Amino acid sequence: MTQIDDTPAKARSPFSEAFEMFRRNHAAVIGLVILLTIIIIALIGPMLYPGDPFDMVWVPLSPPGEEGYLFGTDYLGRDMLSLLIHGAKVSLTVGVSAAFVTVIIGITVGALAGFYRGWVEEALMRLTEFFQVLPTLLFSMVIVSLFGASLPMITLAIGLVSWPAVARITRAEFMRIRELEYVTAARAGGVKNNKLIFSVILPNALPPIIVQAALMVGSAILFEAGLSFLGLTDPNVASWGQIIGSNREYILDASFAVTVPGVAIFITVMAISLVGDGLNDALNPKLRQR
Amino acid sequence: MHIVMTLLKRLIYAAILLTAVLVLNFSMMHFAPGDVADTIAASMGGADAETMAQIRVEYGLDQPFFVQLFAYIGRVLSFDLGYSYFYNTPVTELIFERLPATLLLAITAQVLAVVVGVLLGVFSARHPNGIANYFVTIFALFGYAAPVFWTGILLLIGFSLKIPLFPVAGMSDVTVQGGFFVKALDIAHHMVLPVLTLSSIFLALYSRLSRAAMLEVLGSDYIRTAKAKGLSNREVTLKHALKNALPPVVTLAGLQFSAVISGAVLVESVFSWPGLGQLALTSILARDTPTILGILFFSALVVIIGNLVTDLVMRLIDPRVRGHA
Amino acid sequence: MTEPLLKIENLRIELALRSGQAPVIDDLSLELNAGETLSFVGESGCGKSMTALAIMGLLPEKVGSIASGRILFDGRDMAQMNDTELRAIRGNEISMIFQEPMTSLNPVYTVGEQIAEVLRRHKGMNKRDAWARAIELLDAVRIPNAKSRVSAYPHQMSGGQRQRVMIAIALACEPKILIADEPTTALDVTVQAQIFDLLRDLGRDTGTAVILITHDMGAVAEMADRMVVMYAGRKAEYGPVSPVINHPRHPYTKGLISCVPHLLAELTEERPDLTEVPGIVPALASFGTDACLFASRCDLADDKCRSQRPPEVAFGDQHSACWKADQI
Repeated sequence: MTQIDDTPAKARSPFSEAFEMFRRNHAAVIGLVILLTIIIIALIGPMLYPGDPFDMVWVPLSPPGEEGYLFGTDYLGRDMLSLLIHGAKVSLTVGVSAAFVTVIIGITVGALAGFYRGWVEEALMRLTEFFQVLPTLLFSMVIVSLFGASLPMITLAIGLVSWPAVARITRAEFMRIRELEYVTAARAGGVKNNKLIFSVILPNALPPIIVQAALMVGSAILFEAGLSFLGLTDPNVASWGQIIGSNREYILDASFAVTVPGVAIFITVMAISLVGDGLNDALNPKLRQR
Repeated sequence: MHIVMTLLKRLIYAAILLTAVLVLNFSMMHFAPGDVADTIAASMGGADAETMAQIRVEYGLDQPFFVQLFAYIGRVLSFDLGYSYFYNTPVTELIFERLPATLLLAITAQVLAVVVGVLLGVFSARHPNGIANYFVTIFALFGYAAPVFWTGILLLIGFSLKIPLFPVAGMSDVTVQGGFFVKALDIAHHMVLPVLTLSSIFLALYSRLSRAAMLEVLGSDYIRTAKAKGLSNREVTLKHALKNALPPVVTLAGLQFSAVISGAVLVESVFSWPGLGQLALTSILARDTPTILGILFFSALVVIIGNLVTDLVMRLIDPRVRGHA
Repeated sequence: MTEPLLKIENLRIELALRSGQAPVIDDLSLELNAGETLSFVGESGCGKSMTALAIMGLLPEKVGSIASGRILFDGRDMAQMNDTELRAIRGNEISMIFQEPMTSLNPVYTVGEQIAEVLRRHKGMNKRDAWARAIELLDAVRIPNAKSRVSAYPHQMSGGQRQRVMIAIALACEPKILIADEPTTALDVTVQAQIFDLLRDLGRDTGTAVILITHDMGAVAEMADRMVVMYAGRKAEYGPVSPVINHPRHPYTKGLISCVPHLLAELTEERPDLTEVPGIVPALASFGTDACLFASRCDLADDKCRSQRPPEVAFGDQHSACWKADQI
């Protein structure tokens, strides 16, 4: 039943209010717990499960559970569990660092375009549109193929093709905030432009950018998985997408070698998405009153 | 008059964007390690320094950057995207051979995602506690979190290998003989799984957005007016609300064209669909640079045309975009 | 005397709140005769618009509902009607115009289509006849160059013109009742006068009864035959316009009138809005209590006012719900 709230809201600091909102969002808390678990596995897993995941340990494509190999072995007889654990580290690292690159480029372009009017804004927005015209995956495939398929290059390529979304959000926030009274007041008080951008406007523009950054980690993980599924990755490093890509020829005999790493990606990205949605609700003051 | 001017402006802008893609293409080719001479030398089985230099002079690779750039743009303007040493075919020919398959897959998936997404969104906005809401929520989670190639493989395992309803790979069956209709049916049969896979990503986006847009529109004053006129729920929803809820969905769909092409690359790889994505992958693995850059150029062209079409659709839906007559 | 066109009996409308159900309309009874203009007056939040929406059967779903009472239109109880029956009346026999002309028209259809649509729906007209009639109606609401403006979109019109279009839509089917909910609040002063003139003339020409919801006392004096003063969901005072304005029998009415200088002295084009009576309307949650809800803002209030709901006292045609009515 829809109801009108007639109880006055208690005054609290925005931070604790946001935290309280997030804590009450069960889906977001579950997402956070799952995500932390995966991060811990990725961090300490390789220590608990030492050895090269690329070593052949048993008969290729033996099903899960056989001989104590929880998730079976892949087409080269490598331990799937070991591959998954080492892959987690790669997938998460690339995801987080690519999202970082994305956000840095996006904030810089978006902030400058949203703060300055005139030709700066015009030029930067045209640049953004230009990058949106190139299909991201294809573009990054070209970069990786021309400049080498190392993990840093993959990270850079993902960041280089994904930033327009962040730039658009940042610009919209900047354009909104730049007109508010306290900015005008600071400007009238002689505050310099770069101080206005970084210490006056940016902190207030952060909430939607934080949400976008969280979701970007998920997108970047998917992106890396796509590239390595296609074989455009460092062949000497295991990642979830790469496990799927290398075992796809054998789906008739051993579908688990493809489905299990997919589940790992799915759960990780879903957890990130739940956390992102929770952050969105918690940081959005309009929703807080509901 | 007005519409012609707007269209002209858009076309000029599109031309500028395409030129920018060419400049980017050429710069990447120019600054990447290795050049055409290396490729040709490799295909000849190695060459000495003198031959290499000869090849470089022959292909103008010794010229300054800008001279080479303008020569490249000039060649593209005359529909010459270069020559694929890997396929021994002009790049344009290769692309035109593969483009229809990709367009068929991408456009069908996009249309399906928009139509089903909007229907789901409208239905779930009308019935806030109905079953459609769960579908939208589940689709939204799945569509965002599941890697598209994995979704494709799952469908392939389920509906092609375990239950053999659909073909495993390709776009048509060479053994199928018959007229146009029979062949079209065969292609449609091959299309089902790839199209479902590709649209799964976008279905989530569109259903979520159209639900939100419908909920907002249904609370607006002109919907109250429509109800006060004594119109039926159907008319209120489908005539008065839907047309106002569509613009954000159309805008988003327009922005997704480049993502659809990206998704198509992965889906084509899973289902061995003979399109541009497959061509791109083979060319990349073969280091066939002219073909790769040609594909990048054409996919940008497809996205730009898609954006123009989106603009036109928006003008049809929303008179405010048309401006004052 | 003939049966009134619309008769509301002991209407109670409840709003769902977190703290429970609150009556936004509490025991409201009134009558509207054919062809007359009845005005609802009161501050925002007093339940004027809720009553209008209840008559139209358009109370916000799942939030507001009719708890008890009857709304008799032509002898039939609208509170008991199903949606199909209500839809046949809405826009046809009872129609409504709203406060916000800028947002009340659908932005993606021409105004002609939005007028023609009601005619097709209720009068069974075909496309061509309905379109031709739409042009006539635009002409009747005094939109210049109706023939070309009929294909204009709302965003190409001014606020006043949009409200005229709303009036054309409302009067298209020659309804028996027109409910005008603050029809001029969002408009410029000069345009306000024009819209009131239009409403009055059209009402007179077609014999349509008008329920005018407003807080513009000048408009009430000029337009209405009878008026209902509402306070916190209850009827405070009720009667023909001139005795109520000349000699209010409720302190709230008195306060409202004293807020408008020279109300009766001279009616000018400029109608100042009601300035508020000191104090605020009580919280929704206290709406149901057995007391005079105005007591907290009233100089005359005593213990009785605070503990017992006052009954209606009649002074001829004028009725007042106040314990002290005879002292005013």
